[in-house]
Amino acid sequence: MPYPAYMEESIHKVEATRPRRLEETFSRIPEAEREGLVNEFHPDYKKEYLRELKIGPNKGSPAPDEIADLLEGNSRINPDEVNLDDVDYDVDVLVIGCGGAGGAAALLAEENGARVLLVTKLRLGDANTIGAQAGTQAADRPNDSPILHYLDVMGGGHFTNDPDLVETLVKDAPDAIGWLESLGVNWDKEPDGSYHELSGGGTCRRRMHSCRDYTGLEEMRVIRDEIRQRHMHGRTLDFVEFQPAIELILDDKGQVAGAMLMNLETGEMTIVRAKAVVIATGGMGRIHIQGFPTTNHYGATADGLVLAYRVGCPLIHIDTMQYHPTGAAFPVQILGLLITEKVRTLSAQVINRDGDQFVHPLEARDTEASAIIRECKQRGKGITTPTGEVGVWLDSPMIDIIRGEGTIVRELPAMVRQFARFDIDITKEPMLVYPTLHYQNGGIMIKADASTPVPGLFAAGECEGGVHGRNRLIGNSTLDLFVFGRRAGKSAAKWAREVKLGKLTLDHVRKWQHEIKEAGLESRLVSPMLLPNYARHEKPVPGFHPLGEATAYTPFGDATSRWI
Amino acid sequence: MADTTTVKEKAEQKIRMLDIYVTGKRYKVPEGLTIQTALEYCGYNIIRSCGCRAGFCGACGTIYNFTHDPTIRYGLACQTRVEQNMVITQIPFFPAAQPLYNLEDLKPEEGENKLLTLYPDIITCFGCNNCTKTCPQDLEVMEFISDAIRGDIEKVYQKSFDCLMCGLCAARCPQGLQPYNIALAARRLRGAHLTTRPQHNVDRTKEIEKGELDSEIEKLKKADEAELRRRYATREIEPAL
Repeated sequence: MPYPAYMEESIHKVEATRPRRLEETFSRIPEAEREGLVNEFHPDYKKEYLRELKIGPNKGSPAPDEIADLLEGNSRINPDEVNLDDVDYDVDVLVIGCGGAGGAAALLAEENGARVLLVTKLRLGDANTIGAQAGTQAADRPNDSPILHYLDVMGGGHFTNDPDLVETLVKDAPDAIGWLESLGVNWDKEPDGSYHELSGGGTCRRRMHSCRDYTGLEEMRVIRDEIRQRHMHGRTLDFVEFQPAIELILDDKGQVAGAMLMNLETGEMTIVRAKAVVIATGGMGRIHIQGFPTTNHYGATADGLVLAYRVGCPLIHIDTMQYHPTGAAFPVQILGLLITEKVRTLSAQVINRDGDQFVHPLEARDTEASAIIRECKQRGKGITTPTGEVGVWLDSPMIDIIRGEGTIVRELPAMVRQFARFDIDITKEPMLVYPTLHYQNGGIMIKADASTPVPGLFAAGECEGGVHGRNRLIGNSTLDLFVFGRRAGKSAAKWAREVKLGKLTLDHVRKWQHEIKEAGLESRLVSPMLLPNYARHEKPVPGFHPLGEATAYTPFGDATSRWI
Repeated sequence: MADTTTVKEKAEQKIRMLDIYVTGKRYKVPEGLTIQTALEYCGYNIIRSCGCRAGFCGACGTIYNFTHDPTIRYGLACQTRVEQNMVITQIPFFPAAQPLYNLEDLKPEEGENKLLTLYPDIITCFGCNNCTKTCPQDLEVMEFISDAIRGDIEKVYQKSFDCLMCGLCAARCPQGLQPYNIALAARRLRGAHLTTRPQHNVDRTKEIEKGELDSEIEKLKKADEAELRRRYATREIEPAL
């Protein structure tokens, strides 16, 4: 689907300004102005979409409506119908979720002597990790330092990050890269064998390690293979796919002691007794906050937040989401699709309908996103698509002009392929972009050893919070996975060696349902959500809701407006 | 009689509706949907065959042809648009049995082809090229299998790197080979054994382990926000490459 004629007209303006823009350096937004811009235009700051939580450990603090609905949801189980003596799995460490963090946690827990069960809602590796394109940060070049990385992370997060977690992130980073290489990850390298590293938004040094623009895929397929191989070798690492956790189990001393699982295909319930549990369930893009499209995978529905919240674990920065500045705005089939920041790190500029730059291409993500929203919504300099989406140009052909022909095809094969499928050649024409819901900045409260305030409960990856403060930088999410995933695996194995479990109980679920009733919230949804329900049912047979009520957001849009 | 057609109805009239056949069953869907969103439009709650929804995970391998054209085609459901009279079935999983290996054992001796040791059947490839025709990433699958037979790991790595591991190639191989797993073993072997962790990374890791940066990080952790902001604002920014 090539661009319609009126969009081509705007592209001609973009082409016309290229010679001028080759010479032009757009200045970065001064710190003082940046906060004003973000306050006015970033979706996080729209107070009408936030509400105060009425129950649970974060009672009284704000959360986006969509997250509040899930956190205050009803349990999927009735404790009176469950016999906790009938245990199906009895293990040392249960890891819930198998993206990068869960996978790393399972490997490390096993290496540290634990009998591990890894459970996942979809397949091993179906996670946001696999769609991460740009890279993984680590300050390992001679002119770089973890000190500078620390400053970048804190600045990017508006100085709201937990300093202990940031310290851990930047200090474990170089070793995490080396660990992945030892498992067989193929990092891009310079001819002399050193790592090929690029800059990213908000980074003061080139420290993004990448594998073309399939970084997360490469990391994930290696980790997944290692898990399978260890399992096949009869090591103490088992896994179960399509069987998400729907509730945690405690013991009578208040320690986490396992989880209830649900077979997604048969509805069968499974009871796991575990001395330690690692939650690594990832993000929440598929709950479509404020109706935004998302870059996230199908299962990103905040399940881990719900599980942790119900056993009394506080959440941090849960009112802040990351909107990736460059989601696809055209064609509509790939609306919201991630266009990696690597496109901008390789020198593509962000351009309005008149062919002019209006923001430095490498601002921190919240700033870049806010500037794009301002350009479209306030200044009216965006381009409206035939289906009513609005966006600005990401001028990819500049990459080949600046770095030589063939750079785009070599560095961005995934992006070239994605757009070619819809008849757009990004080496010749720009892409239309608008911010898209990308990442959960906050999450489950953890310490540097990935432990949570609830004994026996650990968390790693996107589901935890505090590392990135109120805004994460490029390349720090995949880093977070392997830094805190490895730590969680190790810590959980250690905890499992020492803990004495008491009698298993679901009293906390009874108490929860009581609190819901007291607060008048009984009519709320059932949670965790597990999967978005995108199925369109015009006249469903009553009672036929395999996954619960349909989500308000539909991936195929409103057929009456979007498909004409 | 006045025209009572609403704006919505007028808009609906403009949409071209297509007939598609989901595992043989006919539905009408609006033009422009992907196979994945068309299934949802038809009312299916997808559990298998759906992952990243963006062409990166290989969960939604799909086989299709047309009521009037028996030639079998392949694609990812999330990346392929529906067309008139498309007949669709999904292959969410293919039972390819991987051989056992330890990454350490994959370390090749001089002149040894570890891939052939691990996957001796690859020599039975007779070049039908079905794997290449199947690949939704348009990879030269048969070529990298020939490279594997010759033990040219570098070429397997180069040509297979964009593999999503959807498994469609294995589903179509008449010899029962599993190109996607063979290529994964080649890439892991390369990453772990044929390239070296760079010295600059090893040095930095040691520096951190020895605690050489601890006192300075400790200072930053104790600094007040004003001081942090000052250091952040004045840090020198290296130009992009």
